[in-house]
Amino acid sequence: MSATWQHRLAERGVDRRLWLLLPATIFVLLLFVYPFLYGLSLSFQPAEGGGVLANYDKFFSDAYQRDTIATTLKIALPAALLNVLAAVPIAFRLRGRFRGKRLLTTILVVPITLGTVLTAQGLLNYLGPTGWFNRVLLSLHIVDDPIRLTNNYWGVFFSLVITGFPFAFLLVLSYLSGIDPTLERAAATLGASRAQRFRRITLPLLAPGLATTFLLTFVLAFSVFPSAVLVGNPAGSTRVISLAAYQAAYEQYDYSYASAIAMVMGAVELVVVAIVLLWRSRLYTGSTGGKG
Amino acid sequence: MSRKFRPVRATPLGWVIWAVVVFFFVNLAGIVLSVLVSSFGKKWFDTWFPSGFTTQWYGDAWREFTLFHVIVVTLLVSALVVVLSVLVGAPAAYVLARKNFPGKRLVYLTFLLPILMPPITYGIPLATVLYKFGFAGHLSGVVLANLVPSVPFVILTMTPFIEQVDPRIEDAARMLGAGTRAVFLKILAPLLVPGLLASAILVLVRTVGMFELTFLTAGPDSQTLVVALYYSMSAAGIRAQQSVDAMAVIYTAMMLVLLVVALRFVNPTQLVARVKEEPSE
Repeated sequence: MSATWQHRLAERGVDRRLWLLLPATIFVLLLFVYPFLYGLSLSFQPAEGGGVLANYDKFFSDAYQRDTIATTLKIALPAALLNVLAAVPIAFRLRGRFRGKRLLTTILVVPITLGTVLTAQGLLNYLGPTGWFNRVLLSLHIVDDPIRLTNNYWGVFFSLVITGFPFAFLLVLSYLSGIDPTLERAAATLGASRAQRFRRITLPLLAPGLATTFLLTFVLAFSVFPSAVLVGNPAGSTRVISLAAYQAAYEQYDYSYASAIAMVMGAVELVVVAIVLLWRSRLYTGSTGGKG
Repeated sequence: MSRKFRPVRATPLGWVIWAVVVFFFVNLAGIVLSVLVSSFGKKWFDTWFPSGFTTQWYGDAWREFTLFHVIVVTLLVSALVVVLSVLVGAPAAYVLARKNFPGKRLVYLTFLLPILMPPITYGIPLATVLYKFGFAGHLSGVVLANLVPSVPFVILTMTPFIEQVDPRIEDAARMLGAGTRAVFLKILAPLLVPGLLASAILVLVRTVGMFELTFLTAGPDSQTLVVALYYSMSAAGIRAQQSVDAMAVIYTAMMLVLLVVALRFVNPTQLVARVKEEPSE
């Protein structure tokens, strides 16, 4: 064998074209990995002295801080779940080609453009005690007093549904379009009912995509920060963990403590991601029969 | 043949679904309209509509929030982020789409993490590092921070487009004597224009809307529109609520234009699964 080491490497895929990966790798190392490790090590150097774990101890022993984890999960998990579950039947009705599909898809996606602040202002105007929503309820005598839907949990929840749903819908529609419709037709010829076709054919093929969609929507909802302040109750029922981290960094200027909270936040989020990915890996992951 | 199995009439479940969708959109329209009406309204307290209409809030917002400057900053940041993330991301996407090499999964995971992590989590350490090296508080810091999720995003959206290009085309060009440079510029670049456009526009929309990273790294002169809006709203009471409404309307109009442009180039149903509209083979 006269193969040089260059040839041997090339056989395993290492050749000059790999250099193209270099800029992106340097970039991700400098701007993501390094700051992350820096933050991690900073979190072990408490500003007020104490042991290596003093920051983490401080966070977990203070109920006001610790409870932000539960608060965040209580907002993010239901919101992400609702967005994905609501997207499935709607996307299901919109697949295939028909007149006006593009228009309908566009209308469903447009809320992406609203942005947190317009959504927040709108929720405050519309759902507030003198807003149109309460006005309609009052004049129809459905309620006697205006119901409170802003500056509490529901305000933040609605804002997450409005901003998260179009995104979840787009992804689900995209995954659903990747499933070959002839599979269902074959099942229909064999006598499967509509419900059976959905349960036995479409759902198993769609499930991995749903898991991914849930993850991405959850990441969006988990980092909820501006709406928790603007339409929520940032001192109480919607004091999310990102708010705790922000306050430590930019109100108390304790970057070490803030980094520790950010690390806790990342860890909690990654636990949820890991659980979903683990569940996803048990699902069917082959081809969805798409014609691509 | 296939017609037979397509639903002609909506089922009871179908009606329920559409009813929920309509209810959602009626309320959504109420939310948007209430901001729009308010931004043109005079006094509006305990009534169905404001006492009169005016356009003065737009003028106020334009002057008070130095909107011209803010919009210039927003466009500048977004343009820089788009160009840089495409330049850095596209070659990496090419390697990841075409080649297998030891450690590929690790590299892929490292590129995936910034998208899977909430921006605040890496944003706070990142802002600390950027302050340490004097980038934060300036335009450069905002651009660098926004690149962190954008480069992986370009890589993820470009990879399927590159996989669609038949490698035999490249091989043929090489056989005919084209160098790597020529292959890239004359063969790949033109074939990848749709993919480049798709990822560039999506990055643009994301960057204009990105709050957290800009918020953590911007100084007074480097705020983008979202961040300026947040400040003007959270400092409520100082400024008229209607001029915040006016500013929110301007922001949404800008995003709407971007989204409509994006939808012209990107088929939303082909984001993750590559389905050819016409039957293949």
